[in-house]
Amino acid sequence: MILLTLFWSFFQVGLFAFGGGLAALPLIRQQVVVIHSWLDMAAFTDLVTIAEMTPGPIALNAATFVGTRVAGLPGAVVATLGCITPSLIIVLILARVYQAWRDKAAFQGVLSGLRPAAVALIASAGMSILILALFGPGGHISLDSADWVAVGCFMLALLVLRKWKPSPILVMVGAGVLGAAVKLLLFG
Amino acid sequence: MKHHQPGLLTLFLSVFKISAFTFGGGYVIVPLMRKRFSEELGWVQQEEMLDMIAIAQSAPGPIAVNTSILLGYRLLGIKGALVSVLGTALPPLIVLSLIGFFYEAFRQNKWIAALMNAMRAGVAAVIVDVVWTMAANIFKKKRLTPILLMLAAFTAVWFFKVNIILVLLSCGLIGFLDAWLRGGKEAQT
Repeated sequence: MILLTLFWSFFQVGLFAFGGGLAALPLIRQQVVVIHSWLDMAAFTDLVTIAEMTPGPIALNAATFVGTRVAGLPGAVVATLGCITPSLIIVLILARVYQAWRDKAAFQGVLSGLRPAAVALIASAGMSILILALFGPGGHISLDSADWVAVGCFMLALLVLRKWKPSPILVMVGAGVLGAAVKLLLFG
Repeated sequence: MKHHQPGLLTLFLSVFKISAFTFGGGYVIVPLMRKRFSEELGWVQQEEMLDMIAIAQSAPGPIAVNTSILLGYRLLGIKGALVSVLGTALPPLIVLSLIGFFYEAFRQNKWIAALMNAMRAGVAAVIVDVVWTMAANIFKKKRLTPILLMLAAFTAVWFFKVNIILVLLSCGLIGFLDAWLRGGKEAQT
């Protein structure tokens, strides 16, 4: 019964979360904290931090975490499935529409408007992450709040990426190891 | 190194690796998918990949999941879509259920905290690099409408916190009207 409830809760999250994982978080809070009281607000805040700190899509991270806490491994699987099912149905329909209509001028027009919007949305998400990485969670931009180790790692990583085009995964892990080592070994 | 023939195993391993090592959620994962499938493997054209990302953002659900479904379906049909979404969902399932069990110990480890913090700087660099390339592609076309749309959409989302669905709807509508005003023949070029 709890598994069915979990599935249905995350099905609704997947169905109504327009705009990706960050848009899903308020919906997850509604389901998990308000309606079902599976987590309290403090645990939910930790959940958000963990979901953002760990690799993978944020909504799936959150679904797995809640599922594990509520009903162990079966809970994790069911919550993930619930989150994915609406996407699978809706997106497959859209994929068919895309293949059928992609040569039509009107559809091309809509897509030519959506493409620049897609770039803008990624840029905007990138700005948030950049500010978080360089100035900490307060979001306060000033010379005092800047994390100079992070600034150094960022510049170095960007330089390496533009110049040699290596695998991004290598660059991210490299920046992480370098930054953590400098911080903990030099500054305690 | 280009693999011209899309295969289920390469598809699975590629999305699995991207999902397993990419911090920062869908907005980071999707650009990496673009890099892998259109630049490294050459399976999908840049333009088509951007279409898929645009469609994925307009549909509900996690953007990374939506993009992986579209990509898998485009390359290898329903089978591809299922394999691709499985590859995307497995890493979080493994990592997060482990963290769910060892949550308390995980939170207090200072090495893990420092590593995660420093990795954010690398993530930021990757996104800046990708946005740089994508925006340069839009500018290179030298058409005013897409350039203005991109700048306006960024301003709306970043400075005025306008709802993303509203932005996508408006941009789709403006693109449609723009194509319609320019007439059918020019829109097809």
